Amino acid sequence: MTLLRYIGGRVVGVVVVLLVIAVITYAVFYLMPSDPAQLSCGRPCTPEALARASAFMGTDLPWWRQLGGFLTGIVAGRSFGELECAAPCFGYSFQRNEGVTQLIAERFPLTASIAVGAAMLWLVVGVLAGVVSALRRGAPIDRAIMTVAIAGVSTPVYLAGVVAVLIFGFVLRWLPVSGYVPFEDSPGAWFSHLLLPWTTLAFVSAAVYARLTRGELLEAMGQDYIRTARAKGLRESRVVVRHGLRTALLPVITVFGLDLGVLLGGTVIVERVFSIPGLGTLLIEAVSGLDLQLIVGLTLFAAFLVVLMNLVVDLFYGVVDPRVRVTR
Amino acid sequence: MSSSSALTEVPPPPVARTGGARRVVRQLLRDPVATGAAVVILVFLAAAVFADQITALTGQDPYTYHQELLNAKGVPIGFGGGISAEHWFGVEPLTGRDLFAIVVHGARTSLFVGLSATIVATIIGTVVGLVTGFFGGWVDRLGSRVVDVMFGFPVLVFLIALMAIIPTSLPRPPFMVLVIGVFGWPGISRLVRGQVMSLRERPFVVASTAMGARGGHVMFRQILPNALATIVVVTTIVIPSMIATEAALSFLGVGVPPPTPSWGRTLGDAIAWIRTSPMYLVFPGAALFLITLAFNLFGDGLRDALDPRTVKR
Repeated sequence: MTLLRYIGGRVVGVVVVLLVIAVITYAVFYLMPSDPAQLSCGRPCTPEALARASAFMGTDLPWWRQLGGFLTGIVAGRSFGELECAAPCFGYSFQRNEGVTQLIAERFPLTASIAVGAAMLWLVVGVLAGVVSALRRGAPIDRAIMTVAIAGVSTPVYLAGVVAVLIFGFVLRWLPVSGYVPFEDSPGAWFSHLLLPWTTLAFVSAAVYARLTRGELLEAMGQDYIRTARAKGLRESRVVVRHGLRTALLPVITVFGLDLGVLLGGTVIVERVFSIPGLGTLLIEAVSGLDLQLIVGLTLFAAFLVVLMNLVVDLFYGVVDPRVRVTR
Repeated sequence: MSSSSALTEVPPPPVARTGGARRVVRQLLRDPVATGAAVVILVFLAAAVFADQITALTGQDPYTYHQELLNAKGVPIGFGGGISAEHWFGVEPLTGRDLFAIVVHGARTSLFVGLSATIVATIIGTVVGLVTGFFGGWVDRLGSRVVDVMFGFPVLVFLIALMAIIPTSLPRPPFMVLVIGVFGWPGISRLVRGQVMSLRERPFVVASTAMGARGGHVMFRQILPNALATIVVVTTIVIPSMIATEAALSFLGVGVPPPTPSWGRTLGDAIAWIRTSPMYLVFPGAALFLITLAFNLFGDGLRDALDPRTVKR
């Protein structure tokens, strides 16, 4: 019952947060610029296109009715004249003559491939390195891992990316350094094209997780219940995994939830480095082509995505750690 | 870019008195890593401040084209991207601009945006942390919700989007300072809040309140000075992520506009030349890596020096 209440509470909270994000995004991007219709219309902007854009956005209406239309569009879809924008309607790109939702749907698999693979790689590598480091505290392997880790923490993603391109793409010539092949076309090519993007993102973030896991595990292993577990005669591997690591991983999960936004930002950069036409590339194109509808739609989608993923992490956390359900 | 995780790594320093600035400096000087990092930071600061004088040594500036130093394909002629007595780091492909001048002036852009954004973020974070931690109750609940949401936010995506709606008449760098700073405060406020909440219960604060001190006095005269150590450490740790954010935006082509030198933009340009002119990538990349590493290591050292609990690991 407490678990259900915990989940219910979290879901309600997330809905409120999504609403607030939508309102703020609307206010920042559609109320601040002097002429949002002009910015949505793009370059070159014909008078007809401008008229269409301002009619779609309802720029002559009071702001609260514009906001209402904007929010209704996301939940129930909206239509204007010959333009039909099915739910969830994140806007309509007048430059590309396509709904923003469709544009996102086309590019999303690429970005998801990068993000999910990288996240899995960094969690596994980061946690493993942290555990090894903590168990061999002070040994050469610990110092080696921690040195690599501080270098990783200090390397911006784009720098790691270009260095990876330089080394693996041009010096060693092991892997392709640009482009994307859909999984359906060729799983092998899909994998080899994504290996460098994954490694780049994972190298930078795994470093943080290695440091975090090491610190947490060292602290956990100093606790009394570890001594008790050892005194019971448990095997050392079981003590470490079941008693030490279980506690040490909780903060790691929390940080991972917080890093989802960082992951998405990193994906934008990695897409630029490796010329992958995903959502990040779409955003950069939208910004340089000044396609406000697309910019707002993408931003909102990114924010929604992160909030929802965070909910998943939170729920997982609630299941793993019973204390969370009580204290909230 | 891992600003959130870097911050959550920092244990809040204890409330205990730190024993004055002099002791901290002495302890830092005894730490070779922190001292080295401080030297690197000072060198970069000097480069940023005296960029014009330094590039005057070679008689170059970051804006003059030297087409005569490039071959027909725009690739610099000579060893290491055209390294010579006049062009210490070689020249930029396609334009032939002096790379040493670009890197030195790039330090100015990078540190100006990075440090100013840190100041903006620290001020907002400190005020919010102080107010929410001190008053508690609904103020605290509201503040914490805002921080929670902002913490997991795809900040970079938002920043990129915001760059599109800046009126072109406004100068870019100050605007970047503002937006990067405004998105960078949640971590700082969370740590300050934690510190304030524990300070609030300490006898000297309670005594001060009991003697009739007003809230403002207690907050700024009793609590704030004791939270300074935390604030200083967090600030140091935030700086590299701010520098990295500026470089990321410039790298993506939505940051500092050309021809103002920026390491991030040079790195972005360098991808296209990676095969023919790899040194174009190496120098600005090394500069960015060094300054980030130096701030990270210095931050670590500072935290250890300010935290009497930290045992030498």
